[in-house]
Amino acid sequence: MPMDVMTGNSAQAYGAKLARAEVVAAYPITPQTTVVEKLADLVASGEMKAQFIKVESEHSAMAACIAASATGARAYTATAAHGLALMHEMLIWAAGSRLPIVMGNINRAMAPPWSVWADYQDSIAERDTGWMQFYCQSSQEVLDTVIQAYKVAENHDVLIPAMVMEDAFYLSHTFEPVDVPPQKDVDDFLPPYDPPVKLDVDNPVGLCALVPPDHYMEFRFKIAKAMEDSRKVIQEVDEEWEKKFGRSHGGLVERYRMEDADAAIIAAGTMSSTARVAIDNMRDKGKKVGLARLRVFRPFPYEEIRQIAKEVDSIGVLDRSYTFGHGGAFYTETAGALYQAPERPHVKNYVIGIGGRDIPPKDIEGILEKVLTKEDGGEVEWWGLRTSGSREVN
Amino acid sequence: MAKSVEDLPYIPLMSESSAVNKTGVWRVIKPIVNQEECNQCYICWKFCPDVAIHIDEEGSILIDYDHCKGCGICEAVCPKKCIEMVKEE
Repeated sequence: MPMDVMTGNSAQAYGAKLARAEVVAAYPITPQTTVVEKLADLVASGEMKAQFIKVESEHSAMAACIAASATGARAYTATAAHGLALMHEMLIWAAGSRLPIVMGNINRAMAPPWSVWADYQDSIAERDTGWMQFYCQSSQEVLDTVIQAYKVAENHDVLIPAMVMEDAFYLSHTFEPVDVPPQKDVDDFLPPYDPPVKLDVDNPVGLCALVPPDHYMEFRFKIAKAMEDSRKVIQEVDEEWEKKFGRSHGGLVERYRMEDADAAIIAAGTMSSTARVAIDNMRDKGKKVGLARLRVFRPFPYEEIRQIAKEVDSIGVLDRSYTFGHGGAFYTETAGALYQAPERPHVKNYVIGIGGRDIPPKDIEGILEKVLTKEDGGEVEWWGLRTSGSREVN
Repeated sequence: MAKSVEDLPYIPLMSESSAVNKTGVWRVIKPIVNQEECNQCYICWKFCPDVAIHIDEEGSILIDYDHCKGCGICEAVCPKKCIEMVKEE
């Protein structure tokens, strides 16, 4: 199979092109800029048939995508960090309007201190907006997930927007081999968007007007139910993708060497690839450890997490962000899911890689050793924090 | 009449434009046009932020009280001072 070599950001752009996104409205921000540049090139050269709308802010980018999607067009945008934060109001509007917009978010640390490097606080802060959240570990997964995300989002049992995340620089600017599937095959997989209702001048309709307390709760319940129903659709779409294109990305949670594992770590994004190396090294030494990669954070895969809890005695949850006040979000959600589980293993939170700090395999091996021995030392540990007592302060 | 979650559509939908809502009931003061004095310059028609001023077949100013909120902009812009805001009864 001939492979292209491209960055995660090019993979976002080619994913949007192959999905035949009809409207792209985006504002450039590091490290997302090359997504927008690539899309602008593809539209300008005529390779991609889409309206490219230049806007003055991310808030306007999302507003334009909302309007486009409401007319029945397939809309795409991409952003990062402060751009995502500026969109916040419109993210809630998109989800509440049940518009299947797909957006790339290149996970970047929030300032201050000023930073452009990988960190999940930007998207974790948008957890409650009603968007599905996919976290990718390779450029191939980015391309495939953009297309899958449209198929999930546009399913009439779902109709909620989706974010496709990639780690700043580790993925956004790193070249990897990527199989770009033929347009015809993608067209077979992803038919044109068929909205249940759309804005149409010939059939005027008002969308999402004021709702009194009599009905607001019911409409919010519908979003909650759609998010619940999306679990099955995400799984099915990934399985259908595997049948057609020969590769799966694990549905909601991808498992690695979990067979007979005594201990597991839960992680997401590019650190999962590193974790595989660490796990192989540990397995070579006879240590039974495995990885559960959170591919989807919203909806939260609580059933898959409870299944893992049945299989292992100890879990370490690795968070590349922190929720000031108590633990990283992957940890608190995992712990929350496990409270209702019949088996509750030892669980500890490792805050790691904050603001793009490198995570070499030896760090994950160190964490795995601690997870295996259930070494305590508190509920939350900031792994690799430089203190006056640490060995490697430089 | 409140509907059940099963009977509601997936998003709130209105089959008509919002003009069916008689928002003029919010008004506390209303514009009264002195048609004798009005020279039909239509500046009020141009400035009305709610498109609540119409022009009838004779060219006279007609206030749409179903939608006029009583903001008083028409009174303020009228060069002939022939629109007066009066308290709603």
